[in-house]
Amino acid sequence: MKILVLAKQVPDTDKVKIDPNTGTMIREGLDAVMNPLDMHALEVALRIKETTGAHITVLSMGPAKTEEMLKDSLAFGVDRAILLTDAAFAGSDTWATSYVLSEAVKRLKIEYDLVLCGEKATDGETGQVGIEFGVLLNLPIVTYVSRIFEVSKEFIVVERTTEEAFEKWKVKLPAVISVLKSVAEPRLPTLNGKKRAMNQKIEIYNAQTLGFKPEEIGLNGSPTKVIRVCNTKLTRNCKLFVGKETTVGVRKVVELLKPFLRK
Amino acid sequence: MLMVISNKVDRNTIELLSKACELANRKNFEVSLLLMSAIQEKLEQLKGYADNVILMISKQFEVFSLDPFLVNAEMVVRKYRPEIILSSATTFGRTLMPALAAKLKTGLTADCTELDIDEKGNLLQTRPAIGGNVMATIVTSTRPQMATVRPKVFQINPPTKQKTKFIFEQPIFVADRCELIGYKVREEEAKIEEADVIISVGKGLRRKENLDVVYKLAKFVNGAVGATRAVVEAKWLSFDHQIGLSGKVVKPKIYIAAGISGAVQHLAGMQTSQTIIAINKDRYAPIFKVADIGIVADAYSILQQILEALGDEKNA
Ligand SMILES: Cc1cc2nc3c(=O)[nH]c(=O)nc-3n(C[C@H](O)[C@H](O)[C@H](O)COP(=O)(O)OP(=O)(O)OC[C@H]3O[C@@H](n4cnc5c(N)ncnc54)[C@H](O)[C@@H]3O)c2cc1C
Ligand SMILES: Cc1cc2nc3c(=O)[nH]c(=O)nc-3n(C[C@H](O)[C@H](O)[C@H](O)COP(=O)(O)OP(=O)(O)OC[C@H]3O[C@@H](n4cnc5c(N)ncnc54)[C@H](O)[C@@H]3O)c2cc1C
Repeated sequence: MKILVLAKQVPDTDKVKIDPNTGTMIREGLDAVMNPLDMHALEVALRIKETTGAHITVLSMGPAKTEEMLKDSLAFGVDRAILLTDAAFAGSDTWATSYVLSEAVKRLKIEYDLVLCGEKATDGETGQVGIEFGVLLNLPIVTYVSRIFEVSKEFIVVERTTEEAFEKWKVKLPAVISVLKSVAEPRLPTLNGKKRAMNQKIEIYNAQTLGFKPEEIGLNGSPTKVIRVCNTKLTRNCKLFVGKETTVGVRKVVELLKPFLRK
Repeated sequence: MLMVISNKVDRNTIELLSKACELANRKNFEVSLLLMSAIQEKLEQLKGYADNVILMISKQFEVFSLDPFLVNAEMVVRKYRPEIILSSATTFGRTLMPALAAKLKTGLTADCTELDIDEKGNLLQTRPAIGGNVMATIVTSTRPQMATVRPKVFQINPPTKQKTKFIFEQPIFVADRCELIGYKVREEEAKIEEADVIISVGKGLRRKENLDVVYKLAKFVNGAVGATRAVVEAKWLSFDHQIGLSGKVVKPKIYIAAGISGAVQHLAGMQTSQTIIAINKDRYAPIFKVADIGIVADAYSILQQILEALGDEKNA
């Protein structure tokens, strides 16, 4: 079985600091890591590989330093890591990203029975790329997957969690599955894995070698454009109750809650 | 035409239609709802909220599955050619809309919290990013312009349309590559996204046992219980309760933050609540910066005092 994992490189949000004056992310010195949900997707792939055997490809479009993220993924037991990197890809929206990823799969003849991706990335947070990618390759897609029950050569059985229900779906392969955190807890890297990965190569392609025209990709190829960014430092005028005053505060809160009292 | 796509008649749909009517008025657009569902119900609630309700009724629309929804939605969109398409940023809209955008080769803005139209008819789509710390305004150069809209952000207006036309469109049956083989209704203790009052707790509640008073209070006011990640990680409450960047985003009428420090990741999930009440021992806790009312004291004992006072009110 061949598994393709789509993985995005994001700033390490565990260390993200927000500039208190401007409300923007302080990016300097931030490590680039794999989007946390994509680690869960990768873990699913690794478990399938361990139980039934599988060949795992990780595909990412991103800046040159995405190579480090892909190196780390090789240390987990990924068989093939592919990086699409080019200044011309910069500024891609979800359409342009999905277009490049799906075309790369076709042009590089990347084989897959199952595509795994995260529900959303921690920076752009749209949750659109996996779905648009799947549609461009005309694949069945199941989103918000919270559990994997069974995988075979022909189908996968998954649980999808929505606002109302836990649904169980049997999906024909090849298919795209976008996962929630609960599918599988990612493992930690091992020293042995890292050693083994040292000799493995990452395949790197740019826009030209893949045959993209400049107008199709990056900012040019993106139908959506960010025209304004402003910070949302929401501060309210807090009425503070301290010491003996707290009883007054309590009374205020009680007045506010009264209309909601259950009859 | 401005089209809203939904699979049921619910609060989200009416919210979206209210906003759609506001926007459409400025450009003299018609407002149409594409309603894809298995049964016809609650249609009278839609009267006055759209010029057209395009009904597609099919057994295949009982539980959302992308294949039948996508084929049929694309068919209707290609026929009516709307300038703008909106849907809720729910598991429904956030799955169907990207797929539809890919089919139509157009842009899609995710999870908008503000929408406007400029004089050229461009939809100005504003959405929070980087954990709610910035707001990005996005325009789409292709047509249709598509956006998913965060629930509970827009208010429900009274109906404004004199006439609402109901149009039936015949759906086509689609061979679905996904088969539903199980369905279990989710029994959440409370759907926190829908509650008007949320009592949310942080590590400053001190002990899991102290949740007792929180549950009682929530029950009194028909509220829900929220939590910080720290509380979920300590296993006091399940992940279902987590509010913030990696949890749920809520906008209740009243948000009580008890023993919550106010980390940016938590604020990302609640700072647009109508009234925020914070209880924290530390008067310099960041949560007070986003609060309307702040009480500097032990969280548990204040919650208990509130509960007692409300109990008196109830009995009075
Ligand atoms: C402030 C801001 C707002 C934005 N808003 C929008 C918007 O509303 N609409 C829009 O179209 N674009 C938007 N963008 C652009 C968007 O962030 C980028 O297109 C980004 O490359 C992909 O989107 P995402 O981070 O939302 O990924 P998501 O769609 O959330 O990612 C879902 C999954 O897709 C896979 N994936 C995503 N990106 C890659 C990649 N590069 N390589 C491999 N796999 C990947 C991963 O498995 C990931 O878990 C915005 C950007 C900014 C800075
Ligand atoms: C990538 C990422 C994603 C995250 N996502 C989320 C998220 O979705 N949601 C979320 O909540 N967090 C999230 N976090 C974690 C977040 O940064 C904070 O660590 C967390 O919100 C803190 O929870 P807390 O306020 O309960 O605990 P603490 O930070 O420990 O604060 C406890 C507070 O209680 C006060 N206190 C102590 N004793 C008392 C008392 N007796 N009475 C009253 N007050 C008292 C203290 O003064 C303090 O302010 C995320 C972090 C990262 C890095």
